[in-house]
Amino acid sequence: MISLKHVGLTFHRDGEATEVLRDFSLDVPKGRFVAILGPSGVGKSTLLRVVAGLLKPTAGAVTIATDRNKPLPVAMVFQDARLLPWRSVADNVSFGLEHGQASGHERRERASAMLGLVGLSGYESRYPHELSGGQRQRVALARALAVDPDVLLMDEPFAALDAITRETLQDELVRIHGETSKTVLFVTHSIDEAVYLADDVIAIAGRPGRLAAAITIETPRPRQRNQQDITEVAADLRRRLDELGGS
Amino acid sequence: MTRTRATALAVLGFAIFLGIWEAAPALGLVPAAILPPPSALPGAFMRELDSGVWFEAMLTSLRNYVAGLFLGSFLGVALGVATGMSHALEALLAWVVRLLRPIPGLAWVPFAILWFGIDPTAAIFIIGIGVFWISYFAALSAVRTVDRELIELADAFGFRRAHQKLTKVILPAAAPGIMAGLRTALGQAWMAVVAAEIFGVPGLGQRMMQASNLLASDVVVIYMATMAALYGIIDTAFVAIQARLLRWKR
Repeated sequence: MISLKHVGLTFHRDGEATEVLRDFSLDVPKGRFVAILGPSGVGKSTLLRVVAGLLKPTAGAVTIATDRNKPLPVAMVFQDARLLPWRSVADNVSFGLEHGQASGHERRERASAMLGLVGLSGYESRYPHELSGGQRQRVALARALAVDPDVLLMDEPFAALDAITRETLQDELVRIHGETSKTVLFVTHSIDEAVYLADDVIAIAGRPGRLAAAITIETPRPRQRNQQDITEVAADLRRRLDELGGS
Repeated sequence: MTRTRATALAVLGFAIFLGIWEAAPALGLVPAAILPPPSALPGAFMRELDSGVWFEAMLTSLRNYVAGLFLGSFLGVALGVATGMSHALEALLAWVVRLLRPIPGLAWVPFAILWFGIDPTAAIFIIGIGVFWISYFAALSAVRTVDRELIELADAFGFRRAHQKLTKVILPAAAPGIMAGLRTALGQAWMAVVAAEIFGVPGLGQRMMQASNLLASDVVVIYMATMAALYGIIDTAFVAIQARLLRWKR
């Protein structure tokens, strides 16, 4: 599980201090799908980078309890697919496996298996510029899954996609989460997306960003987008965030 | 314009060029000793070839060229990449670079001769210096402009050491910029070869100057054409390699 205790982060640049996160605590049990919701600039992405270990918190602590001894307990999916353009799709997927323990053959097998999981079998030898935006994001997801992380960190992964592709990928993610039971931290600014996907929605608001609301969505999967309890939760959350003066 | 038409026009243009060149001495506009007609060249070439001079001069030049190119570009790219990755190193070298950079490669000739004598090493040194700066700046700016987000990606997937970032992300991402610089260096180095040899280092340039002193202007043209042809072949080969290595680009 992931545990954030009183995490704060202040950037210092040119003698000026910008406080991005203040006193943020959160416990995410294993296998849980948690959406982190908030408008732009409240430090959602920063929070994700703190969990990923890309940024060091200036206050508090982050612990990720992992039951196995893994080189990479967390893996990240960025908003832009961020594929390496000089690598084939398969070599992009096996990027995180190049830490020395897997042979080339094993890496290729693993890449193919992951591409199958995200619905891109047969795309191994393509190059990123030959793919659509949605396909690139699938490759990025396969790359993250390939390292078999305990935690999947996703930074608005579908925000740049068209609506139809976005809904398809949301459903794929729900299926993959069901099949792999990874813990997922999913950053989004879309209330509907958060409520449709997640077990828990954590809303962040204000500058510096602080916990504004936390709700649990009991509706079992598979869910429908227009299902009454889903839309009601979304409407209720929207009301609460409006009262807070959020988005 | 179709491709065939363009080629036909290029051939026509070249034929007209040769025609004017041939006509000028034939019509007595210029003495043949000052401008040898193209028809005199095959004979001159065969003489140079038969005596073995042409082949040896070409091999010597090519050897100096390749040695200077490798040395200069290797050191230039290595230092450029290192400087691109370290702001401290860039600051450390800032004034040294500012002092040395504007000195033309040929201005090093006196020192080249002083240090190495009239020797291939002197030619390699002069070639290397020109190539060094081109590769250094190409590599520096290519590394500087590598997408920060790709470096963050390397971090996110556990490649946190400098050498891992270098091999996984920085070098492949900077490759197009570095290779564009190397292509410029190919041409620059060729000019430096000839210049160094004109100062007496054995090779095509030296043989050309000997012929010039003997007023064997047809032989001079042979060596000029040899330089053009060699450069053309090398550049074409480099472009082919470049296209193969960078085939992932659109």
